[in-house]
Amino acid sequence: MCGIAGLIHRGKSSNVGNELQAMLQALKHRGPDSTGYALYADNDGQNFIMRFKVGENVGEGSSSINEDESVYDKRKDLVDDMLKNLGAKVLKEEKLTPYSYRYEMKYDEDLMDFSKKIESIESVEILSIGKSLELIKDLGDAQAVLDRYDLGKVTGTHAIGHARMATESGVDIKSAHPFWGYPFSDVSVVHNGQLTNYWNNRRMLENKGMRFMSECDSELIAVYLAEKMRNGATLEEGMKDSLSGLDGVFTYFVATKDSLGMAKDTMAAKPLVLYESDDLVAMGSEEIAIRSILPHEIDTYDPFDGEVKVWQI
Amino acid sequence: MANIKTNENKTKAQSMGLHSEVLTGKTQQKFFNPDEAENFYYWGTYDVDFNKRIDLDVNDLDCKEANKKIDELMSQGYGTIVIKNPQGKHSLGVGVLNKLNLIFEGSLGYFGVGSIDGPTVRINGRVGWSCAENMMAGKVVIEKNAGSCFGAAVRGGDLICKGSVGARTGIDQKGGTIIVGGDAGAFTGFMMQRGRIIILGNVGINLGDSMYDGTIYVGGKIGSFGSDAIESPMTKSDIDWIKRKLKVAEIGEDFDISKMTKVVAGKKLWNYDALEPTEKKGAI
Repeated sequence: MCGIAGLIHRGKSSNVGNELQAMLQALKHRGPDSTGYALYADNDGQNFIMRFKVGENVGEGSSSINEDESVYDKRKDLVDDMLKNLGAKVLKEEKLTPYSYRYEMKYDEDLMDFSKKIESIESVEILSIGKSLELIKDLGDAQAVLDRYDLGKVTGTHAIGHARMATESGVDIKSAHPFWGYPFSDVSVVHNGQLTNYWNNRRMLENKGMRFMSECDSELIAVYLAEKMRNGATLEEGMKDSLSGLDGVFTYFVATKDSLGMAKDTMAAKPLVLYESDDLVAMGSEEIAIRSILPHEIDTYDPFDGEVKVWQI
Repeated sequence: MANIKTNENKTKAQSMGLHSEVLTGKTQQKFFNPDEAENFYYWGTYDVDFNKRIDLDVNDLDCKEANKKIDELMSQGYGTIVIKNPQGKHSLGVGVLNKLNLIFEGSLGYFGVGSIDGPTVRINGRVGWSCAENMMAGKVVIEKNAGSCFGAAVRGGDLICKGSVGARTGIDQKGGTIIVGGDAGAFTGFMMQRGRIIILGNVGINLGDSMYDGTIYVGGKIGSFGSDAIESPMTKSDIDWIKRKLKVAEIGEDFDISKMTKVVAGKKLWNYDALEPTEKKGAI
């Protein structure tokens, strides 16, 4: 069934890493397979942060094929060569796990072409590119992923996250949420539900040059919105359009560098509880997610069917 | 009386301990004999004293522990139990089958006070999905908003939300009354079979979709009617009844009931068409 959570601080920064962890941990019973964070961190905003993986987590519960770790280093070298050829200047590189990296880099050209070339290397997937977006996803619960990637110290303005119960695709990082809104920097999506016109939309979008990395139906939302925005629509317009363009049941969150949005399908089949105040918006699949960061008595509500909301930082 | 005879040819399941009697005829007479006083009591119900009051802080308890504690307190005769710090936890206060004053000082998560039969519940907060699902009797008052599937399959009693509710309110309702002071989402009264729903605010799309029977009263705007839901004229008895119910619910004191829209089942769906005329009469 999956659990989603999101929060946005308006006018200030906060420890969004720990806050989102608490919210997702409260939703663990909705999805124990993998956890993902899209944190909009207080970076300097000058350089791109690229997070990518060169292999899968093949630990307990994974549906991925076991690989020798030596292939990870070879793929990483190929990525470095490709970056050099593309003219990207890597300022800082961090190896987070044997299979995932975080690069800080300078790059001024087209991100779509850039991503296509990087991802042409076998088993390499860009998890995110952005000037403030830090997208982390891995197997395990919220606490395990937070510890593994040392997210407890991340401060920022807003964040969305996902606790996944794998249903129609594998237990692996490529199918985990959030999904990056390729090829837009700083766009991420999490989804709870099921899309029934996935293949029709996927074929149509692939013909238009968009890229799908997994077989997870939720990836469609990120690609769908990215395609709308590529054609000039605003985020809110794209989200409103998705209510009729996407078939099935869904509640999803989408975040950009300076905004956070939610959309609920016209049958209101998936849950969402929302808390709104002047300086904070917090939302999640269940109220206990919000209670984990706001233990005092608060007023919350369920958005209605077909509702789309967008908040700015 | 039911006819009970022993099956001589035991199946594998029976040889492993399951009963071997074959029941025929009307079994009600055998198992619920009105001459046997104990048949009038549920298992797990208690005689409680409403003047005996206690506070219960559930902040550090999970739902199972909290519900067990409520049961223990009822067995000790406490008739007024105040739950502190419910913190949006799921499944609190379920399965209370006797008279009780149950007060929640805070919000509940999913399935709050489900399958109850008799208590008077006041929730000074919000409730999540499926509040009071399958309620048989009693009164539940929610001071703030409620999630989707509010009062799913309720069979009796009064279920009152002073705020707004989500989608599918009163889905599969089989009796009782649901009263909402604010707005309601899509598919309100979806497949309802009996009972009444009063919404003072607006409702979303597909109101009363595929309803079999029952009545929905709406004070505000209607997004759209669902399949087979039709408008029916308000009568004086409707107005009198709603007036009385709103008084009990302590909401809508100045509300103009005469301008409400009454929605009932058109009874044109296949399940009615497929029946013989005599069966149709019984079903309706």
